Amino acid sequence: MMTSAAGQSGERPADALLVRGVSHSFGPVRALSDVSLVVPRGAFVVLLGPNGAGKSTLFALVTRLYDNVSGEIRILGHDVRRNPTAALQQLGVVFQSRSLDSDLSVLQNLTYHAALQGIGWRQGHRRAIDALAKVGLAERAGDKTRALSGGQARRVEIARALLHDPACLVLDEATVGLDVASRESVLAIIRTLVKERGVGVLWATHLVDEVAGNDHVVLLHKGCVRFSGAVPNLLETAQADDLRSAFMRVTAEAA
Amino acid sequence: MTTYDAPRRLDASSYFVCFSGIVWREVLRFLHQRQRFLAALVRPLVWLFIFAAGFRQTLGVSTIPPYQTYVLYEEFVTPGLVGLVLLFNAMLTSLTMVYDRETGAMRTLLVSPFPRSFLLVSKLLGGVAVALLQVYAFLLIAYLWEIEPPLIGYLAVLPALVLSGLMLGALALLMSSVIRQLENFAGVMNFVIFPMFFASSALYPLWRIKQASPLLYEICRVNPFTHVVELIRFALYGQIDQASLAMVLGFTALFLAAAIYAYNPSKGLIGRRAEPGGGR
Repeated sequence: MMTSAAGQSGERPADALLVRGVSHSFGPVRALSDVSLVVPRGAFVVLLGPNGAGKSTLFALVTRLYDNVSGEIRILGHDVRRNPTAALQQLGVVFQSRSLDSDLSVLQNLTYHAALQGIGWRQGHRRAIDALAKVGLAERAGDKTRALSGGQARRVEIARALLHDPACLVLDEATVGLDVASRESVLAIIRTLVKERGVGVLWATHLVDEVAGNDHVVLLHKGCVRFSGAVPNLLETAQADDLRSAFMRVTAEAA
Repeated sequence: MTTYDAPRRLDASSYFVCFSGIVWREVLRFLHQRQRFLAALVRPLVWLFIFAAGFRQTLGVSTIPPYQTYVLYEEFVTPGLVGLVLLFNAMLTSLTMVYDRETGAMRTLLVSPFPRSFLLVSKLLGGVAVALLQVYAFLLIAYLWEIEPPLIGYLAVLPALVLSGLMLGALALLMSSVIRQLENFAGVMNFVIFPMFFASSALYPLWRIKQASPLLYEICRVNPFTHVVELIRFALYGQIDQASLAMVLGFTALFLAAAIYAYNPSKGLIGRRAEPGGGR
């Protein structure tokens, strides 16, 4: 099922992210099967699935670490495979594993990323300071990233992902390894971004307590989308009282 | 109907910004890792101060081009040790790529909107910039040890160093694409660095090797590292060894094409070797 908050008729801006009919295999192992989902601009979509569901594979395809061979992936309307330059310019990514350079300072990490986006040093420096202020880490700009806590490092990675002002932000298990307070802080920053900047966010997680009551959920299990829709609809479909039970029921049915 | 936002145009200045950012990052990382700088210098200096000094009396080198006269063994072995600096630096750059891939830093590079081939070549040239710092520091110390090539040689050797560094870096990049874990890399280091270094003209002139073993001589002749050493040796004395230049150019093109292919998202080895569930 593929749903979108935006209207489907008339002239409208392209969705932040569109994944349609994507399948992917590693040799004989089928990792994704006919996966479709939409992240409209200004929407927060949760990609919920247990470990091994195929979330990281989908992220690798969206970020073009390798190409999808079937289906299409579009970022703000630009096909990732056919027009990667335009597509990747609109994409911000926070990877599952920590990807900051521990030998460099926070500011140096950010200006390096700005350069990777073709943003010059002066402008990159200014954007980095602004982005750090937004995630509450302006005073740590000169510190080596190895001195940061897990939660602070995640916030720096979010600041880095926003430096080039992308329309679409994808985060792969961004709260893994963080304590409760840090998790809530990171999640709050992202939800604020969605509201204030209209960024479309795909938030991959296996933790049901990161899903809010009105979120749009795409439930991925064993490489297939088992459900796509609002949380109340998921509860209704699974005939469950809470999200945890619904999640268990849907994934058990698919097992 | 859907309207698309126009992407920012990536012009020549954007490419320059990206390139200089990648090179700057490599140099900055190197300068922050003082132990790495020290280790990079100690390795060739041990060969120069101990090994070469010990062999001075036992291994005679007759007058062969580019040398105009009989040279001490230390002087003969210096271009090979410069090559060793380049070789180790290339392999260490490759090692950091395997590490970067495991930690996710490589992904940060590869999701840049610039063409992947451009990003990889920029990364290689960043590694070469680091190698140049090491090589010139080594040559300075060697000068104080009375290894004194003509002054013009220090300038003439620069393009040879860049080209050789690019060739070895491309080979290392290709290797990094097929190595899955750092643990595997240690074995490959032993199977690549030492055979390449010893089966070359770095430590002994080729005519000497031919006398000892015709088979080893043939192996040395096809070893790309031999041509790196000879290119540097001649350039250090203000000359060009045409054959070595052609070989190094050819190997650079070959290794670079293979490495770019390996990192190509649609054709390369990276995607095929990945595992579902974010195993990579």
